Amino acid sequence: MSTTPVTGDAERFHEDWSRLLSADHGIAVHPDLLGRLVSRTAALLHRAQQDEPFQPRLASQAGAELVDAHFTDPLLLARAVELLQAQPIGDGRGPALTGAFAAGWAAALRERTLSEQEAIRTAADAARKEAERALRASEARFRALFESAAIGIGIGDTDGNILAVNKALQELFGAGPEDMIGRRVGDLVHPEDTPGVWEAYEELISGKREYFQFDKPYYRQDGEVVWTHLTVSLIRDDDGVPVYQVAMLEDVTDRYRLQERLRHQATHDPLTGLPNRAAFFERLEKLFEEPEPGARFGLCYVDLDGFKVVNDSLGHDMGDQLLSAVAARLKAALTPLGHLVARLGGDEFVVLLENCRGEQEAVAAAKTVLKSLAGPVLIGDHKLAVGASVGVLERRVSTTTPGAAVRAADLTLYRAKEAGRGRWTLFDPKANARSVSRYAVSVRMPAALDRGEFFIDYQPLYRLSDGRMSAVEALVRWRHPQLGVLGPDEFVTTAEETGLIMPLGRWVLEQACGEAADWIKRYGDAAPQLNVNLAVRQARSAALVTDLGRILDSTGLDPARLQLEITESTVVGPEDEALRTLHGLVELGVSLAVDDFGTGWSNLSYLRDLPVSGLKIAGSFVGDLHDPAKDEATGWRIVSGLVSMAHTLGLNVTAEGVETLKDAERLRTMGCDWAQGWHFGRPVRPSEIARRIVEEPKGRPVEDR
Amino acid sequence: MRRPSWVPEGTDLDKPNAARVYDYYLGGSHNFEVDREMARKAIALWPELPQIMRSNRAFMRRAVTFLAERGVTRFLDIGSGIPTFGAVHEIARAIRPEAKVVYVDRDPVAVAHSRLLLEDDANSAVVQADLRDVEDLMARPEVTGLLAEGEPVAVLLVAVAHFVSDEEDPRKLIGVVRDALPAGSALALSHASLEGRPDQAEDHQKLYQRTPTPLTMRTHAQITAMFDGFELVEPGVVYLPQWRPDQPGTVGEHPERMTGVAGVGFRP
Ligand SMILES: C[S@@+](CC[C@H](N)C(=O)[O-])C[C@H]1O[C@@H](n2cnc3c(N)ncnc32)[C@H](O)[C@@H]1O
Repeated sequence: MSTTPVTGDAERFHEDWSRLLSADHGIAVHPDLLGRLVSRTAALLHRAQQDEPFQPRLASQAGAELVDAHFTDPLLLARAVELLQAQPIGDGRGPALTGAFAAGWAAALRERTLSEQEAIRTAADAARKEAERALRASEARFRALFESAAIGIGIGDTDGNILAVNKALQELFGAGPEDMIGRRVGDLVHPEDTPGVWEAYEELISGKREYFQFDKPYYRQDGEVVWTHLTVSLIRDDDGVPVYQVAMLEDVTDRYRLQERLRHQATHDPLTGLPNRAAFFERLEKLFEEPEPGARFGLCYVDLDGFKVVNDSLGHDMGDQLLSAVAARLKAALTPLGHLVARLGGDEFVVLLENCRGEQEAVAAAKTVLKSLAGPVLIGDHKLAVGASVGVLERRVSTTTPGAAVRAADLTLYRAKEAGRGRWTLFDPKANARSVSRYAVSVRMPAALDRGEFFIDYQPLYRLSDGRMSAVEALVRWRHPQLGVLGPDEFVTTAEETGLIMPLGRWVLEQACGEAADWIKRYGDAAPQLNVNLAVRQARSAALVTDLGRILDSTGLDPARLQLEITESTVVGPEDEALRTLHGLVELGVSLAVDDFGTGWSNLSYLRDLPVSGLKIAGSFVGDLHDPAKDEATGWRIVSGLVSMAHTLGLNVTAEGVETLKDAERLRTMGCDWAQGWHFGRPVRPSEIARRIVEEPKGRPVEDR
Repeated sequence: MRRPSWVPEGTDLDKPNAARVYDYYLGGSHNFEVDREMARKAIALWPELPQIMRSNRAFMRRAVTFLAERGVTRFLDIGSGIPTFGAVHEIARAIRPEAKVVYVDRDPVAVAHSRLLLEDDANSAVVQADLRDVEDLMARPEVTGLLAEGEPVAVLLVAVAHFVSDEEDPRKLIGVVRDALPAGSALALSHASLEGRPDQAEDHQKLYQRTPTPLTMRTHAQITAMFDGFELVEPGVVYLPQWRPDQPGTVGEHPERMTGVAGVGFRP
């Protein structure tokens, strides 16, 4: 038997060996490389089998070369051993050869594993160092940014402790880090803080918002105030938990002071330093925005007597000095009482009493004005006696508007002047209406209708049983080119006197019926009934019934959806011709209601004979409930008496002047049907009524829930 | 928002990492116990994984060889990982000794490893950048340098795009890369597909959920769409072993079991 294997065996081994290495990992190796590896290792193994003497090293090397080519899979070793063992080798070196091969493979793998492990650890280390370096660099960048930023930056935790402040912030506060770090953000309050800033702060640190911005004042270390534009942002950790707050503060003190100065200039009279006309109107209008129920206010309209004479004879300069002196006296006398003194222009001043307690207080203020000006004023060598006249107006906020109030006070002042100087006069509605008409109404009114200066607002009436809008009252307004917007009480009397009420009344009916018909077309049953006021003179006109019939026809308004409001004085006796007209109207299908009930002298028996179906209790009844000078319980008894009296007559009752939910609730429980007043809405544009129809399908609250 | 590039990405060695897990599948030791633990779990569920990875590696080898033979000398290997063996520059230089390679990976450890390996190689560079911040990636000096001369560049996205989620929109990102490439450039891409082993897809994706690089396997159609603007060479987008095999016999009976699909396209 030969010790050398036949060549056929060698070839077969080479083939098997090649097949073994081509599988698995071999597929990832380039075929040329693989080919060379197969040849080289096969040759090594061949020599290990054949060479004399036997050199185990050759087999080891073959094993090692496999590992170098990344044949690291233990399965490969198993198959290789199998293959080698199957080789017929004569001298019994087979096991030693295989062992050497396996050992060579294992030793190389061990080396490779160790060096790869070392390589990856070195890499991880390098990466970590690089990350740390980058982190340091980035920290350095942040620090530089933080330190040298022109804007003040402070960092705090979510408990409100200040942790770090930059230079700019220290300068802003005029403080060192030791004065600031460790202090609490919450201590940095200032009495002029914008409302809401601390709420926003609480929301931020509790994670409910990400940032906020405000202009906010701070006290500096030296007690001075610095105004800042403040932005605070929340920083969260990776899990989204709030951890820090970062505040950025920009010094806007100069801007703020400038703004303040501009504002002061815009709102103050440069001569006297008193608030000017604009500031006065701003304050007055604010009173009307959301008044407390029953809120009252007073106005003293002051005009110096004989100022023109001073100006003309002693010169403007002297006049100005006199005005300054007067302003100083008024201010000294009235501001301690809590009243606002403003200069409206020329020699006109005004005193505004917010939260006025009643007529007496306004009159007292007027007397104070006169007293303060009683003594002569010393200007240079001149001893000037100044006198003044005062028009006093004291009203419930809800009964008027700012424009009407000032106008009325002004007219009252003229009455004071007419009555002789140096006195005060109290507002009187009748006299006021007369003055208005004299002033400019009657002359202008005829043309006003043609010029389209009238328009109609609507005030809603609500049904108390379910809180739904049941009707709207049409209220005519006049946009007077000089006097501003006038309400009906300011011009309707004149219109009656001049006869203009006839075309005006017709115009109102046409407009309002058209609007109401339109609502019905758009919203059907949800649309409110229309109430229109009828002047006495209209009710006495034989033409009214035909006119209205025509209007109903042309607008298509269902007569059942129209109610006309008459006053107690419309019908004065059983033989009154107006009665015929009223019956005619009812025959058309419209209903009638008595308006302002309780203010005139009412003969209840007539009420029974009138063809009316509704009654509106005058607003003063509910208004008086809030008058501290009047007993509330009695007031309620009167109202409840009126309600049950009306119900006895089978009339639908509306309470006017309802300003609070509480009153609405009480009226509802006593069975009052409808209510009208500021609580339910002021007179508004028709579009607002349409909005309410759509947005209040369930009505508004009429009881405390 | 991704953090600005001057804020360092941490090296989180407590979590398994795609590059090192992949090295373990391939029989390497460039890995830590967390990586091996996850890889063992994956293999227990899906014993063919090492074979699949080898198929992927073999595709890369064939694709780089093919591209070098077509004359490409510049390679941009995005998601290069840890070149366990047969790195791109080695394969390419077997045919084109002058070949230049820029390796890009987002993993700082893989990057550090490549740097150690390539320290003395003047014709290759290693960049730490993230495909998802593709504008930053394409603006790196090493990358702009590779593109500067207007020579064709082969972009390799081998087993990487499936680490980009749908929200991050890999197709759009690849579009940005494409638009920066000179004419004649190429894209070689492989991607885990949903169709080869639908039974395994869900569990496997779940495992990667715990890593910093969750896996999104996609359909053949979605993967083909990533070649928008490239002209695919024969045989198109196919299962890994089917892409230009060395010999017909090496495809095997069930190429779909290798689940990954791959293709190469040129930019006209
Ligand atoms: C499975 S390995 C593939 C390595 C190599 N391309 C291959 O096929 O052999 C995936 C590599 O992509 C990297 N990678 C994952 N997402 C990446 C991204 N958004 N940008 C860059 N690299 C990313 C991982 O860090 C990892 O090294």
